[in-house]
Amino acid sequence: MKYTLNVNGQSRSVDVASDTPLLWVLRDSLDLVGTKYGCGVGICGACTIHLNGVPTRACMTPVSTVGKMKVTTIEGLAAASGKLHPVQQAWSDLDVAQCGYCQAGQIMTAAALLKDNPKPNDEDIDGAMAGNLCRCATYMRIRAGIKLAAGLTTVGKGGAQ
Amino acid sequence: MSTPSLAQPVGRRDFLKLTGLAGGGFALAFYIRSGGEAAAADAAATGDFSPNAFVRIARTGAVTIVSKQPEMGQGVKTSLPMIIAEQLEVPWKDIAIEQGDFDEKKYGGQSAGGSQSTPSNYDNFHVLGATVRTMLVEAAAQTWGVPASECRAEKATVIHTSGKSLKYRQLVAKAATLPVPAKEAVTLKQPKDFTLLGTRISQFDTPKIVTGKSLFGIDIRLPGMLYAIYEKCPAFGGKVVSANLNEIKALPGVKDAFILEGNGKVKELVPGVAIIADSTWSAFSARKQLKIVWDEGKVVNESWESFLTQAKEKSTQPGGKTLRKDGDPDAALASAAKTVEAQYSYPFISHANLEPQNTTAHWHDGIMEIWSPIQIPSIGTGMVNRVLGIAPEKIKLHLSRAGGGFGRRIGADYLIEAAAIAQKVNAPVKLTWSREDDMRHDQYRPGGIHFLKGGVDAKGKVVAWKNHCFTFGEGGSPGSGGSLSGDEFPGRWIANYQADQTMFDTGWPMGPWRAPGSCVFAWVMHSFIDELAHAGGRDPLELRLELFGEKDEMPAGNAGATTKGKQAAASYNVARMRNVLKFAAEKAGWGKKKFAKGSGAGIAFHFSHRGFFAQVAEVTVSKDGQLKVDRFVTGVDIGAQVVNLSGAENQVEGSVIDALGVLMYQELNIERGRTVQSNFNDYPMIRITDAPTKIETHFLKTAFPTTGLGEPALPPVAPAICNAIFAATGKRVRQFPLSRTDLRWT
Repeated sequence: MKYTLNVNGQSRSVDVASDTPLLWVLRDSLDLVGTKYGCGVGICGACTIHLNGVPTRACMTPVSTVGKMKVTTIEGLAAASGKLHPVQQAWSDLDVAQCGYCQAGQIMTAAALLKDNPKPNDEDIDGAMAGNLCRCATYMRIRAGIKLAAGLTTVGKGGAQ
Repeated sequence: MSTPSLAQPVGRRDFLKLTGLAGGGFALAFYIRSGGEAAAADAAATGDFSPNAFVRIARTGAVTIVSKQPEMGQGVKTSLPMIIAEQLEVPWKDIAIEQGDFDEKKYGGQSAGGSQSTPSNYDNFHVLGATVRTMLVEAAAQTWGVPASECRAEKATVIHTSGKSLKYRQLVAKAATLPVPAKEAVTLKQPKDFTLLGTRISQFDTPKIVTGKSLFGIDIRLPGMLYAIYEKCPAFGGKVVSANLNEIKALPGVKDAFILEGNGKVKELVPGVAIIADSTWSAFSARKQLKIVWDEGKVVNESWESFLTQAKEKSTQPGGKTLRKDGDPDAALASAAKTVEAQYSYPFISHANLEPQNTTAHWHDGIMEIWSPIQIPSIGTGMVNRVLGIAPEKIKLHLSRAGGGFGRRIGADYLIEAAAIAQKVNAPVKLTWSREDDMRHDQYRPGGIHFLKGGVDAKGKVVAWKNHCFTFGEGGSPGSGGSLSGDEFPGRWIANYQADQTMFDTGWPMGPWRAPGSCVFAWVMHSFIDELAHAGGRDPLELRLELFGEKDEMPAGNAGATTKGKQAAASYNVARMRNVLKFAAEKAGWGKKKFAKGSGAGIAFHFSHRGFFAQVAEVTVSKDGQLKVDRFVTGVDIGAQVVNLSGAENQVEGSVIDALGVLMYQELNIERGRTVQSNFNDYPMIRITDAPTKIETHFLKTAFPTTGLGEPALPPVAPAICNAIFAATGKRVRQFPLSRTDLRWT
């Protein structure tokens, strides 16, 4: 089946089976590999993208259901100028990642959280991020990264802390 | 000036000897000469200055450092080049890092495991960077006609005492004509002058990670590439009898389907059915239509629960191999003022790397070209050579960033599968394991059951200790980390001590899991020490210090004892452990806090991977039995120099939460020779909601060689937390995971 998708502000055409999860359309058809495969059943969060701004599991989203919704992936989160989204910048400043595999999903979920709730408290952060697994367990820095991106803290001496 | 060791009092010779023993070390001359010749030849063609295989300075001044170690999140792609950059005197922001391909003739050892990347390379990398800097200084001195001793390097510039200066880029052409100095002629920058090491540096790959650029093995994409899945028998080692290959080949997007026989080894090429398709989803979809008749073999008779029952039956009978016996434990138990008996058990667990196993391979022009996220590449290439009969020089392996290692990617089963599939496909092919493949065909951390008896005298001193450990093996050998050592603490420190071991032989694949052995034994030993402390009315810290006695060094084996096991060759630096234990206790304020019922503190320590770690947990358990770690304090002695403070803290924090997650949730059951669990719905992993409120990491700087951090922070975490749970509730946790213990209190 042929589909025309709105991905990161661009119109992209693909020809794939109708039940193909958006995850594999992004990765295999559109070469947008920042969105990651982790579990295939929507419980690890590595494939989190935004559909019309709402954080969504791409592994559970058949391409046939996307329609004209705006798809934003980690590759499209920064401004067109290349300026990083505040969450991406905070992740860089604090050296959040270890292996980094889950972080695109973490960043997409965190960006959606801050859009809805610009000044989240600790419970808000844990609640919003509970669906994203980090096998390296960088959770302390994920919390700190969100607070930094929200302007609730500043980068301390030497950055990553 | 000769080359001083950076880490006194262990001299350079001793250090190299140590690294050699670890299997990761190699002589510096190897870097400079072997690697250097090849590098110099490459550089000559481009006009770059590259006196060794690791550093390249272009005529534009662009500086590139090659990272030889596989990167899996432990941070070596950043931290090891930092050492070179420190000595080279080039600002970090001006350095590019390239991942080296697998080429041990060029780079020396390229294994990432056992927390050895740092200790195996630390001293050599200092010399490498300093050698290049020395040549640039010499080039400037010759240009000016002044002695090199009147010149110094700073920010990619050589400066003469007169104030005149030349940029490195202006010196590249001249430096490339100079002989590479002997290491004795190279002056090392000393720790007091370090400006980069010990600071917080964000990983070099961070910009790619936060913007989603192709980076990991699973991201590899080659022109004309096809996509593969590989279905194996759910029961370990099962063989394919038949499969509906013709039906599969007719499905949309499917290019081919075939059976691989396997090589008869459960951790190598396992039998299965490959489907080759035009996309991952076509392959995954076709897989749902597979109908395979399996020969499951004898493994269907093996289940965890039945082994657990057998262990309980056998625990009261004589038998097992005696690993160590000191004094007369039975008599000492009989005369002890108080005795404690306890059974501790931990299940098999999975590594659960978030990036499922994958490898891309292309069989072309008689070459097997491979892209793989792998920890010990030589295991992969060796297997390709042995199983597929491809000559070593015909195997080309590119190292991809790995989405987590934890020991899983020391196994190369997924790599050999991809290569075997590629041999039958006339195109590059990427094999992607599903999450279910990953969980059902891991090389698991072996479970274990310990039957302990201990005795204390009237003063609460530990006078007797007996342990019968039941462990698991495959093909007659214990699984990685499954074999207890007779020297495992507190073996050697208790006068009447016995450790026995019985192994259940299975057909189950097992492999190293983060801090193999240590990750479970530290929990058993430090939990039981805690039980004895409470039985004797002693403070848990004070009893541990008493156990150590007066000696500062405990030799391996100790005089006259019967001791076996792989750790038997290691002596134990008691002074370092005693110091870091006191250090952690002080940082935590041990013994100074009053806790309300339901809250409490616990302490534990462990030496592994050359690192000395002591930890204090403060926890609260709600009346309905929910655990919250309020504060977790780690004292770290990894020697003289933290390389990248950001990465170092991240490794410790990750280890603490990983260990907490294992304690709280992880349990992989094996029934009828196959796993019960298959994905994160039935194998939960720790999430942010359970992460501690506060984690503190304190580094105790000591005058010893710098060592690694991927593993040694993990082992004492679980016992520190379980001991804190006891202090809070009076409930002793003797089984993993935590859900098996009722922590409710009134």
